[in-house]
Amino acid sequence: MGSNIDALTTVFTEFYYWVTVVMMFLIHVGFCMYEVGASRRRNHMHTLMKNTMLIPLVTITFFFFGWWIYWAFPNGPGFIGGLEDGSANAPWSPTMATNLSDRITGVFWAAFLLFSWTAASIVSGSVIERIRSTAFWIHAVLIGSVFWIIDASWGWHYAGWMVKVLGYHDAYASGVIHAIAGGYALGVLVVLGPRLGKFAADGTPRDIPPHNPWLVTIGLFLIYTGFWGFYAACNVPIISPEVIDGQITGVTWTATNIYLAPTTLGAITFNFLMSLSGGLLVAYIVSKGDAFWTYSGGLAGIITASAGNDLYHPIQAMFIAGFGTFCAYKLHYWVERKFKIDDAVGAVAVHGYAGFIGVCIAGFMLWGQPSSPYEGYAAINPLGQFIGAVIMFGVLGFLPAFIISKIMAAKGMLRIPEKAELQGLDHHSELAYQAAIDDVRAAERELAANQK
Amino acid sequence: MSTNGMESWAVDLKDVGAIYPFQGTEVILVILGLAFWIGFHVMQARVEAGELAEAERDFNAEHSNKNIDRY
Repeated sequence: MGSNIDALTTVFTEFYYWVTVVMMFLIHVGFCMYEVGASRRRNHMHTLMKNTMLIPLVTITFFFFGWWIYWAFPNGPGFIGGLEDGSANAPWSPTMATNLSDRITGVFWAAFLLFSWTAASIVSGSVIERIRSTAFWIHAVLIGSVFWIIDASWGWHYAGWMVKVLGYHDAYASGVIHAIAGGYALGVLVVLGPRLGKFAADGTPRDIPPHNPWLVTIGLFLIYTGFWGFYAACNVPIISPEVIDGQITGVTWTATNIYLAPTTLGAITFNFLMSLSGGLLVAYIVSKGDAFWTYSGGLAGIITASAGNDLYHPIQAMFIAGFGTFCAYKLHYWVERKFKIDDAVGAVAVHGYAGFIGVCIAGFMLWGQPSSPYEGYAAINPLGQFIGAVIMFGVLGFLPAFIISKIMAAKGMLRIPEKAELQGLDHHSELAYQAAIDDVRAAERELAANQK
Repeated sequence: MSTNGMESWAVDLKDVGAIYPFQGTEVILVILGLAFWIGFHVMQARVEAGELAEAERDFNAEHSNKNIDRY
């Protein structure tokens, strides 16, 4: 840090990202509440632990190789160049530790890590009550520390090949987090199959209501809250044109999006709230006031508008959110009926379809705008966005999940046995719980009988 | 041509103002937004009226007493 202003900027940026990480923890609290609320009583603890244990698994793998992938893969490698030098972000690098000459890597790593948890957690909800934890945790590591971070390196990096060649723009991750995680969930679900009893003999889907709708909705409320942290974490809070080193002239400092193109926290605050509102209003009407879908619609609204929420007008964001929410709701039930897909929490629709649609809409709304402050990058355009959405949802989401799930299914390690599913995944822990209670009761009764 | 008039960031940011797409359509957007808002109330009122009419049709004293007891 050469001067006091540099020092202040660095420490402010360090603190800024640190705060976003703490806020983003609420996303995970929300996902846990939401999943447990959606599951039936005989599966509570298993559902909770399935989601909880992705935290340490994704964290350590993201430290070991996920973060390095982000910095090493922006060229593909092999599409527009080779591997980039990611050595400063390799797990053995001195900057990946306590280091007074680098205060940003740790908090920046953590911000991305929290996105990784989210990607894995999105998949977690859709597969509840019938997936083996063994299989899910492998999937969690793959989506959280491999596939999503590859797509981030390609389409959410200031020098990613998708940004350079396709003009890909996805400021708050409609595709980069949500479409890929939704596509990944769908790839697992196709192989995993529905929960027992989900479909009648004639193929008619049955509703399996959440055991605790109140817990589900509060979980979604917490996800909204954590989403604020996510939005802030997608920005660079303050940077000078000389540090960006692109085409911007003058000396005016600015906040930027992940591509280092200017935006403001004010813009994303307007657009976050207006897109949340657009999603909630449309979801309330289309679902006839169903609480689960109204809350999910708020999320789908934000997700649809997120690709361009650094640049949209707030009313545009509201309408885009409403449109995406309507499509996601209709697609969820159409896919369920047509393909017999049991997505227990609507994650494929809320994240996958809404994210895909949002990336495509941004191509039209932002057509011709610069995707980057650097010279020679393609401008934002509908075709580039569509190809980008297909890469996110299909190539890096659905496809690997489908192939890996097929292998797991062939090895008998994907789905729990039918008897275990009927009995409930908490069966053993409930027996141990009851045995402990009986033991303590018996001991206390004996003591009470011996009292004079 | 671009939807917000900017085709590159080779500018001095002190000279840049609004950067949202389709500038000039703000009044139309507000009118459409107001229509969306009013439309919500109209549709919501219809849905609620239908639900309440159904509740009246389905009234059952025994069930009501159970709900009252449940608090």
